[in-house]
Amino acid sequence: MEPIIQFKNFSFQYDSQAEPTLRNINFSINPGEKILLAGPSGSGKSTIGRCLNGLIPNVDHGDIQGACLVDGKDITETSLFDLSFTTSTILQDSDSQFIGMTVGEDIAFSLENDCQDREKMHKTVNKWANELELTALLKQTPQTLSGGQKQLVALAGVLVDESPILLFDEPLANLDPAAGYKTIELIDKIQKEVNATVIIIEHRIEEVLAKHVDRIILVNDGEIIADQEPNDLLHTDKLEKVGVRSPLYVKALEKAGINLLEVPDLTSVKELPKSSTIKEKLEIWKSKQTEPDELDHKKALLKLENVGHQYNKHQQNPLHGVNLTVNQGDFISIVGQNGAGKTTLCRTICGFISNEGKISLNNQNLADLSIKERAEHIGYVMQDPNQMISQKMIFDEVALGLRLRNVDEDTIKEKVYQTLKICGLYPFRNWPISALSFGQKKRVTIAAILALEPEIIILDEPTAGQDWKTYTEIMDFLRELNERGTTIMIVTHDMHLMLEYSKRSLAFAKGELIADTTPIDLLTDKNLVAKASLRRTSLYDLAVHYDLDNPNDFVKAYIDSEEQVVK
Amino acid sequence: MQEDDKILGYQPGNTFIHRLNATTKLIFLLLVSIACMVTYDTRFLVVICVFSLICLKLAGIKWRQISFIVKFIIVFAIINLIAVFIFQPTYGQELYGSKNVLISAGYFTVTKEELFYLLNLVLKYICSVPLVLLFLLTTNPSQFASSLNKIGVSYKISYAVSLALRYIPTIQTDYWAISAAQQARGNELSKKASLGKRIKGTLNIVIPLIFSSIERIDIISTAMQLRRFGSKKKRSWYVYKPFTTKDYFVTAMAIFLVIIVVILWHINAGRFFNPFK
Repeated sequence: MEPIIQFKNFSFQYDSQAEPTLRNINFSINPGEKILLAGPSGSGKSTIGRCLNGLIPNVDHGDIQGACLVDGKDITETSLFDLSFTTSTILQDSDSQFIGMTVGEDIAFSLENDCQDREKMHKTVNKWANELELTALLKQTPQTLSGGQKQLVALAGVLVDESPILLFDEPLANLDPAAGYKTIELIDKIQKEVNATVIIIEHRIEEVLAKHVDRIILVNDGEIIADQEPNDLLHTDKLEKVGVRSPLYVKALEKAGINLLEVPDLTSVKELPKSSTIKEKLEIWKSKQTEPDELDHKKALLKLENVGHQYNKHQQNPLHGVNLTVNQGDFISIVGQNGAGKTTLCRTICGFISNEGKISLNNQNLADLSIKERAEHIGYVMQDPNQMISQKMIFDEVALGLRLRNVDEDTIKEKVYQTLKICGLYPFRNWPISALSFGQKKRVTIAAILALEPEIIILDEPTAGQDWKTYTEIMDFLRELNERGTTIMIVTHDMHLMLEYSKRSLAFAKGELIADTTPIDLLTDKNLVAKASLRRTSLYDLAVHYDLDNPNDFVKAYIDSEEQVVK
Repeated sequence: MQEDDKILGYQPGNTFIHRLNATTKLIFLLLVSIACMVTYDTRFLVVICVFSLICLKLAGIKWRQISFIVKFIIVFAIINLIAVFIFQPTYGQELYGSKNVLISAGYFTVTKEELFYLLNLVLKYICSVPLVLLFLLTTNPSQFASSLNKIGVSYKISYAVSLALRYIPTIQTDYWAISAAQQARGNELSKKASLGKRIKGTLNIVIPLIFSSIERIDIISTAMQLRRFGSKKKRSWYVYKPFTTKDYFVTAMAIFLVIIVVILWHINAGRFFNPFK
């Protein structure tokens, strides 16, 4: 069979970069294959994607060596438009890629550009809307949909083209765990229906492997590190070496001292052999874990009474009736479906938007304080770093808050350098911010808030778009801060983060606080998991698979063991 | 503080005016505005004024949606009127060929004729501003683009205009988010700071606003190219609505109003209606 995609000794260097981003890569993909393109951020995996859809060299200019053939066409001699009939791309941020005002219009966009007549266009749109169960939403604005629905609209918008290659750029990045799983299921279903070649760019291996994948191509530093079947790759240590997280259950097996080479199939918990030796080893390992000492601190810091906010009269399920007390030293994760009110809660606490109820900090009513005054005590790192950054240089950005508080320059310098070191940004201190990646910008905004030393730090999805290495750095650092007494609240979709780092979880659904408990209790309550659109971890499945006495205890043991490693 | 109601942009609705074809509304807006610009027949202008205001009411537009922009226009209009008066206080009497002095003050002598002329200018504002607002608030930007394209504007420009219209609300939301972020960093912009400080602080919001807008434009233009926008000389429109009876009726009404202006021109022997004769 003739491969549909071929890279031959391919190198690429962006005009704006000093070093090549891709170096002498070779691989090919056959029609109908499903490929996971994995690697840490900055590895070059997205650049490979941009070659496949023709953005390189048509939009991003640079120097190309070697050849890249997509469906027999050399990308250097093919226009973006011609290639778009071959490769359909579903971009990472579905929110900002919507062009049409309504769902129907957005699905029809490429057909409009092909100048198809209206009747035929409506027919095609209706067909795919029906297929993906979007018919009821055709007249809605895409921005008002849930994260999973948005992903469906984006998918329908490219399926109308019926191109042979579907390219997904980090499809899980902005989805809650349940919606993420559904997306992976859907990709699988669609591929079987339309017989397309599917390429998924993602660093969340475990989530993608929930459905069968033919091969994983692992990229690091612009080179192909591995190009093999998932099962073979999971038997090696290549993933962790480049800073990509391998599935949790695989790590648990390793921790329990099980030789992975003796396990024939590692691709899912279901496929693991039901052997009594493995069960025994897991049980012995579990019994050896000790619980870390829990510090007893119960000083109430932030008290929320009947907190809520409604953006407009038409808003369904606005945030309402939130009652809770945040204690000094808490490490809280805020989880729940997209649009459940998590970000709204943060913004209400910080005074960005009005509040229906009462919030008090150390018994002082916050209603009397301006945003600036609240920020002396509560630091908020927003989801989108571009909305926070206002200076050109990294140093100035981190120093801004201190300068506005009239701290003298010497102290500022000392404090800023210290913060930059903590955030791993010290080597870049004299760089312009425009030269940084999204993940690095995010770290700059975290540094800018840290420099002000607030009592409470609220972070809105701090690890979105970060690979595992940076993720670990940021989170370990936050844990350190927490141990020194800073109260931390994190909005997240990452179940690992919630389990591993936070001590307390707030779950939201449809504008209501539905649970305030420990992460373990939340994730093991079937009812809450479904309501808050979360997902059980594979550790739990592993424990069930081997009939361990108490699966919850096993999950807990694993998390305790992770914590021990850090300390 | 951010309030969704204050956002100036298309608000879906189901009134007669919302249901009209975008092309119809555009034609009506253009023809009637031009007619009002050309004529100085006070009787005609008064009728159109009343008509525009009734239409605003009919479309269910609330005062708070448009209050900001209207206040802005009022200030601008007053400056304009004062300037017109200062540059040539005698323009009215030259136009109408008579002189009825109200206040005698040398160069700045106020005549009935001048005031009448200024009244006509005010009426022109009241005729066209509500029509423009009506158009912006009741027209789906996509349909607007398709109607611009229909009357001969290139589809790339049409689409650019519609995207710009659609992004007004997004940019407003961005502005509030960035402003809040700046305040949280210690840039006091609330009423607790002096006016000078607030103005200076607001300037700090502009840079991130520009950056986040550029980023947005970059992403959307990539998304559009990947889906072949601009690959052909022509494109079709998913939302295009064919004309219905009410559209023909409204278009005919616009043409009728233009004809009236032409007739009035003949009756008045010029653009001006002269009550001083």
